[in-house]
Amino acid sequence: MLQVISLLLENKPGALMRVTGLLTQRGYNIESLTVARTLDPELSRMTIVVDVDATLRQQVIKQMNRLLNVLQATDLTESPAVTRELVLVRVRTAQQTRTAVLKEAEIFGGRVVDSSTEGFAIEVTGDPEKLNEFISVMGSYGEIDVTRSGVLAIALDAKKLRLQPPVPTGTGNKLEEKVI
Amino acid sequence: MATLISGAQMLVECLVKEGVDCMFGYPGGVTLPFYDVLYDHQIRHVLVRHEQNAAFAAEGYVRSTGKVGVCCATSGPGATNLVTGLVNAMMDSIPIVAITGQVSTKLIGSDAFQEADTFGITRSATKHNYLVKRLEDLAQTVHEAFYVAASGRPGPVLVDVPKDVFQAKGHYQPVASIHLPGYKVFTEGHTGQIRRAAQLLEESERPLVYAGGGIIAAEASGLLREFVELTDTPAVVTLMGLGALPSLHPNFISMPGMHGSYAANMALQNCDLIVALGVRFDDRVTGRLAAFAPHAKVIHVDIDPAEIGKNRVPDVPIVGDVNRVLTRLLKILRESPAQPERTGAARRAWWKQVRDWKEQRPLETSISDSEIKPQHLMTEIDRLSGGEAIVASDVGQHQMWAAQLIRFNHPRLWINSGGLGSMGFGLPAAMGAQFACPDKLVFALVGDGGFQMSIPELATIASNGLPVKIVVMNNGYLGMVRQWQTLFYNNRLSGVELDCFPDAEKLAGAYGFKGKTIDQPWQLAPALEEAVREQGPYLLNVRVAPMESVYPMVPAGASINEMVFGPPQPVPVPVPVK
Repeated sequence: MLQVISLLLENKPGALMRVTGLLTQRGYNIESLTVARTLDPELSRMTIVVDVDATLRQQVIKQMNRLLNVLQATDLTESPAVTRELVLVRVRTAQQTRTAVLKEAEIFGGRVVDSSTEGFAIEVTGDPEKLNEFISVMGSYGEIDVTRSGVLAIALDAKKLRLQPPVPTGTGNKLEEKVI
Repeated sequence: MATLISGAQMLVECLVKEGVDCMFGYPGGVTLPFYDVLYDHQIRHVLVRHEQNAAFAAEGYVRSTGKVGVCCATSGPGATNLVTGLVNAMMDSIPIVAITGQVSTKLIGSDAFQEADTFGITRSATKHNYLVKRLEDLAQTVHEAFYVAASGRPGPVLVDVPKDVFQAKGHYQPVASIHLPGYKVFTEGHTGQIRRAAQLLEESERPLVYAGGGIIAAEASGLLREFVELTDTPAVVTLMGLGALPSLHPNFISMPGMHGSYAANMALQNCDLIVALGVRFDDRVTGRLAAFAPHAKVIHVDIDPAEIGKNRVPDVPIVGDVNRVLTRLLKILRESPAQPERTGAARRAWWKQVRDWKEQRPLETSISDSEIKPQHLMTEIDRLSGGEAIVASDVGQHQMWAAQLIRFNHPRLWINSGGLGSMGFGLPAAMGAQFACPDKLVFALVGDGGFQMSIPELATIASNGLPVKIVVMNNGYLGMVRQWQTLFYNNRLSGVELDCFPDAEKLAGAYGFKGKTIDQPWQLAPALEEAVREQGPYLLNVRVAPMESVYPMVPAGASINEMVFGPPQPVPVPVPVK
């Protein structure tokens, strides 16, 4: 079953490796992964779709939260959220079907980003199922090339971000001073 | 204006600030600047003979003291040699900080001499790791490393420092605070859940404590004792937790699991409430998970949220430091009026049942006249220790017999590789413990296989005059593998015979200390006594019955009440009919 995870993480070297490494290490397959900076340039927002048994969804979130660079891991699979994906399709089409292709693109809310005698490059955003349909429709008109962005998601209700306050240094080696 | 100091000097300053008095390491090209600073410094650097043993020794140091251990290696092979030790610390939640050298920042990525992607390689081997590319980040990173290693669920942290960062000069600004906004440490436990736990305890007729390494990490053994006494609950203690409750305590029901005692496993399978404290429902404890403790409700206290519900979904999950949670739970229990009339009779019957199990099938301690039984060796070590010696064990049959039969009056006496099961751990771990506790009696209890994996450390032991008592339980086989081949592979012994073992007296003599080989039961007590009397190190090679197997045993995939207590009876082979 597909799980949609939204991660807010520190934009630090190795942070991406930690996330992907953790998923691989625990045996979860990544369907898609997108990452980019947030308004705060020190943070990144990552949307990950993993193929994981429904009973393990909470465990995946807990493992993500164990990473020091992750400020917040949220499971958006069943919570109110919008998911969108972008696809770029290049379709080679014959002269007589050009108009039909444009009509189809319009139905899917697509935008032509390049046009040549060979055919079109078309951009569509939507939920992944809609994009699947669009791709299969385009495929019926001729040879196609497809690039998908992977899923982006945003929660519709804000979840409170809990951050840890600073601690004084030198607290590392004080374990033995705890009261027994 | 403060004077300029080098990165290497800053690193040493930070180590001093963190209270480091001893570290285990092996130098190399890129760590030269660091070692040059150590030359003038009071921090004791122990030169091991292999980097893996630097990590293991640091772990022995941690487990015997509770302080963060430090190990150090150079770039490339030095760092990769540390990896097993790091994973070992990760699996057993042991706080160590590993400092590794790296090639200069300008050379990173060029396949330079002795370059390895230490940061990438150790990502999954550590709780967190760092590559310090700028001098300005060094001090902050080192303090963070110590904080992360010791706090929350402890674990190993690695700091990779390029040579030019060691050499660069800058102003040292003492670091006042650490800010890790995404590092979540939960300590207190949820008040509502703690109350629910108290209520379940009150209602339970057959409660059982299942305690583990978390009790030792949280320094909560005193609280555990108070808890089992106040609630009069029997307690099983895992391999990682031995010593958390004194082995002679009336409520102690020994170790559960694959080689656990009959009583411990039967108690788990028949209780109606498990109070799980600092444990992770490891497969070696639960056996077949679906059949584990089928009648029990579970209260699970652990500092790592990811452990709660990972293997067994608890009825009462409590994320918190077991020390804090037990303190608060005890307070609630003391304040609530006890209602013994509700469950009193059932509890008495439960205790009688648990005692009966203990008596019905006690752990095997038979003695032979003609050969030394491994169990005999363990009971003799136990007699000499009296529950007070540090025993650092390797991995395999001897580890299981030791866990079954050697008693520990306190935490931090039993040191072993539990989760990862790394052979070669025992000798360097004993070394680390002896450095930390110079006045304590320390046994390195090893098999003939694991001992030969870390034999080079005899040099470290000899050159530092460490009075470690090395006891080799020598059965001439990789005994645990041999046991499985005997039981599950028709006794086809493949690749397990250790037919060459050095002469112990000559081997120890070559390093300048005493050694001896014995093979008769009557020699055992005097030889061990001689070893303990000896001022310096001692190597005692004990040839034991080669084909002895560890029982009880829960076969892989079986439920923990399906224990096997001895070798299978030979099945008559039917004569083929012509």
